[in-house]
Amino acid sequence: MATAQGASLDRKKLMADPIMVSTIVVLVVFLTLFIIYPLVILLVDSFISDNGFTFDIIKGVLAKPAFRTAISNTLIIGAVTGVLSTLIGLLFAYVEVYVKLRTKFLAGLFKVVSILPVVSPPFVLSLSMILLFGRSGIISKTLLGIQDSNIYGMRSIIIIQTMTFFPVCYMMLKGLLKNIDPSLEEAARDMGASRWKVFTSVTWPLMLPGIGNAFLVTVMESIADFANPMMIGGNVDTLATSIYLQITGNYDKQGAAAMAVVLLSITFIMFFVQKYILEAKATATLSGKASRQRMLITDRSVRVPLVVLCSAVAIFVIAMYICVPYGSVITTWGRNYTLTTKWYEKVFNLYRGAQAFTDSFIMALIAAPLTALLSMIISYLVVKKKFALKGYIELSSMLAMAVPGTVLGVGFIRGYANGLFHTGALQFIYGTTAILIIVFIVRSLPTGTRSGISALRQIDKSIEESAYDMGANSFEVFMTVTLPLIKDSFLSGLVTAFVRSITAISAVILVVTPATLLITVQINEYANRGEYAVACAFSTILILITYAAVLGMNIFIKYFGTSKAQEED
Amino acid sequence: MAKEKKGVKIDHVSKIYQDPKTGKDFYAVHDANIDIAPGEFVCLLGPSGCGKTTILRMIAGFESPDEGEIYLGGEPINDLTPNKRDTAMVFQSYALLPHYNIYDNVAYGLKLRKMDEKTIKEKVTRILGLVGLEGMENRMTNQLSGGQQQRVALARALVIEPGVLLFDEPLSNLDAKLRVDMRNEIRRIQQEAGITAVYVTHDQSEAMAISDQIIIMKKGIVDQIGTPHEIYYQPKDEFVADFIGESNFLHGTMKSIDGGSGVASIEGFDVPIAAVSELEPGDDCTLVLRPESALLADKGVLPCKVSLSRFMGHYQNYQVMVGGTLVKITDFNPKNHKIYEVGDEAFVDFKPADVHVLHGEGGFTVENI
Ligand SMILES: Nc1ncnc2c1ncn2[C@@H]1O[C@H](COP(=O)(O)OP(=O)(O)OP(=O)(O)O)[C@@H](O)[C@H]1O
Ligand SMILES: [Mg+2]
Repeated sequence: MATAQGASLDRKKLMADPIMVSTIVVLVVFLTLFIIYPLVILLVDSFISDNGFTFDIIKGVLAKPAFRTAISNTLIIGAVTGVLSTLIGLLFAYVEVYVKLRTKFLAGLFKVVSILPVVSPPFVLSLSMILLFGRSGIISKTLLGIQDSNIYGMRSIIIIQTMTFFPVCYMMLKGLLKNIDPSLEEAARDMGASRWKVFTSVTWPLMLPGIGNAFLVTVMESIADFANPMMIGGNVDTLATSIYLQITGNYDKQGAAAMAVVLLSITFIMFFVQKYILEAKATATLSGKASRQRMLITDRSVRVPLVVLCSAVAIFVIAMYICVPYGSVITTWGRNYTLTTKWYEKVFNLYRGAQAFTDSFIMALIAAPLTALLSMIISYLVVKKKFALKGYIELSSMLAMAVPGTVLGVGFIRGYANGLFHTGALQFIYGTTAILIIVFIVRSLPTGTRSGISALRQIDKSIEESAYDMGANSFEVFMTVTLPLIKDSFLSGLVTAFVRSITAISAVILVVTPATLLITVQINEYANRGEYAVACAFSTILILITYAAVLGMNIFIKYFGTSKAQEED
Repeated sequence: MAKEKKGVKIDHVSKIYQDPKTGKDFYAVHDANIDIAPGEFVCLLGPSGCGKTTILRMIAGFESPDEGEIYLGGEPINDLTPNKRDTAMVFQSYALLPHYNIYDNVAYGLKLRKMDEKTIKEKVTRILGLVGLEGMENRMTNQLSGGQQQRVALARALVIEPGVLLFDEPLSNLDAKLRVDMRNEIRRIQQEAGITAVYVTHDQSEAMAISDQIIIMKKGIVDQIGTPHEIYYQPKDEFVADFIGESNFLHGTMKSIDGGSGVASIEGFDVPIAAVSELEPGDDCTLVLRPESALLADKGVLPCKVSLSRFMGHYQNYQVMVGGTLVKITDFNPKNHKIYEVGDEAFVDFKPADVHVLHGEGGFTVENI
């Protein structure tokens, strides 16, 4: 075959670049050990018994009524949360893109709503739900006088998850709506269609794949969510919490592995539908950028109800977030609202708060740059290079996106507690800080890689080629050209990784040992014990840390960002 | 300035790509043989998609040939990565590094070569002088006009003193006037530096104006290599004749041959030809006649009827019918003699030396890949 020479020359050229080759080797080893292998070991656990291949283990798990209930709970919660989040997200996106907002205040409100879930730890809303509607909640008890209000259960999980995930839908759908060419809708309007008709006959069909995409992403998030069902689920178990309890309560690691495989197969199916069917369609139907500015809707009859609705939701969400810091500074929730610092004193003096913050902070600080660098290198290789293992690298780093944290946690336990394939090899990393940091990295890698890839696609290929042509090797090209050009994206990847790491819980809660204190794990514990004020104090400090990180990044980009550097001189 | 002029030899080189739609393999370049002498300025010319860029990128090392070998200064370079090859490329999009100023852009290649600051400064300053950008060292690249960016790209390529300079349609983003200025500039600098250059373009006047040799490509195949003069006056086939300038194709047979010259029969009329090669009486042949080489007159070689006559300012544009063949004629000084009107009977007149003979039907001879 004629192409053999070309392919072998390409390979030779690659081999002539030792840094590149070693980078690829390191990456492949890392991804295999910490993403692929933990999943493989779960499969081994679930299908291989002493007498070879078997379905018995999985069958055994599926036969348990409690586990079956957990599956149906998870799916119901996922579906309802998916629908609600998509609808509310769509409402927000539609209002932002199509309706003329009169005041700066509203735009600000929208912005806050979109950023809050990013900077807050996952269970903040559950916490404030308890504070507002729980047994001594402000609304339930103080305002309505309900004693014994029971908020734990499925309904609360759905409400909380909807409020947590709809901003993600809102951001996704906003991008989608902005790309619809206004002239399409104007043409329909011009032919006599009413505004509602335009929406149903033009806008909606164009958006449908994108909406499906947003829906599935939310369902996946909901199914993978551990912290909220844990805190507010009461006796309603989801897959994620069942798996956790199977390990921590029943000490049945193999059963947990089989359960994890069930959860994993659900998210994998959704992931492939989402990534390879819907995502492609969503971008295909909206090929071009909008050619012109859109005429915004100014009709009072449309504007007022939509805006009122959005503002109400937004204000409610923001109020819920405010509850938590408020809860950390008052004496007794539900009874005595005088301000106090006693909870903070308790956190630091009694509950080893300082150690928890230092541990979490330092680990996130180590994980973040590693994640950012790793995801940029992966993106660089995926976008700019051709080599044999590229498909593997791309797939495994994307696959991690579909792996729920709980599943990864079980995979790490099963994979490393007794060493590789239970042989004792590499066992020494289990229980160390290093493995926690690795978990952080694996959890944030997919998002980083995703944004890195889209940033790199924007760089004209010939810019790097020119550097290569001038005599730079791959490493020099990456350091002197690629990295400086994606500085902003790198920095935001860094901060995102930091925030995700310091607020992570689902995977690490399984892997962490008592020697290490993690803030999120502490919050979970105190909330479960009913010490809400302490949990609030922990959460408040955590929110401040993450918010400071995001703020710092924005300031840095503003003054030292790429676009800025190019203006000066 | 170049340490050593290097020639380029492309030896039976092919490149196979996969058609993204059908998934089938096809030859983007097929069995190309090109020999470029050291110090020569060579243009790759051809219609869009014919494989020019692919050849250039194979020389630079961004693509690997699927068949054949490429030599630079006599050394085979198939195995070398782009950064190890003694080539420097000027990109169509300029590809300047947006986060560096002009000085750093030009100095980039020298810094990679670990030269000391002083030498770098000297070299950069001299090159910027050569391309007419002295004093602009500290400007960022987005503060430059297209022509200036082009000069930076050129300076950056020149400063590393490569064995070969590669250009991929470097002027296509510039306006017409600047394009002419810049191409003269590039030619001047290339000659001053005495450097070998391979230049891709699909603008034939650009190729004619600056090349020592022109390589005409069609559908991945090297169709003809020759000086601009050869390409224009002795095109190898109808494709070349038609691609470079305008041509009339007169189909007929050879009537008689007498030494170097002969007589062809076109539409039943005898046409004397000055140079006939490898043709026998009775062979099919095609005469290539340039519109500006022919005149319309009351007496001449081929009788015709005028079907279009249009005043174009500095020339008169005619279309006439010679039997069933349409012939275009451009008359640059019609006032001197006579302007014919539509319907007039006249003669197409030309000298035996002004027609070029092609074998047979004159079609593209290597199409059957
Ligand atoms: N990476 C690739 N994969 C598949 N096909 C390719 C690739 N690069 C080029 N081709 C195809 O190879 C053929 C030759 O391309 P090339 O870029 O060399 O043309 P060109 O002569 O430079 O054209 P232009 O004047 O338009 O720049 C074209 O049919 C092109 O579509
Ligand atoms: Mg090209």
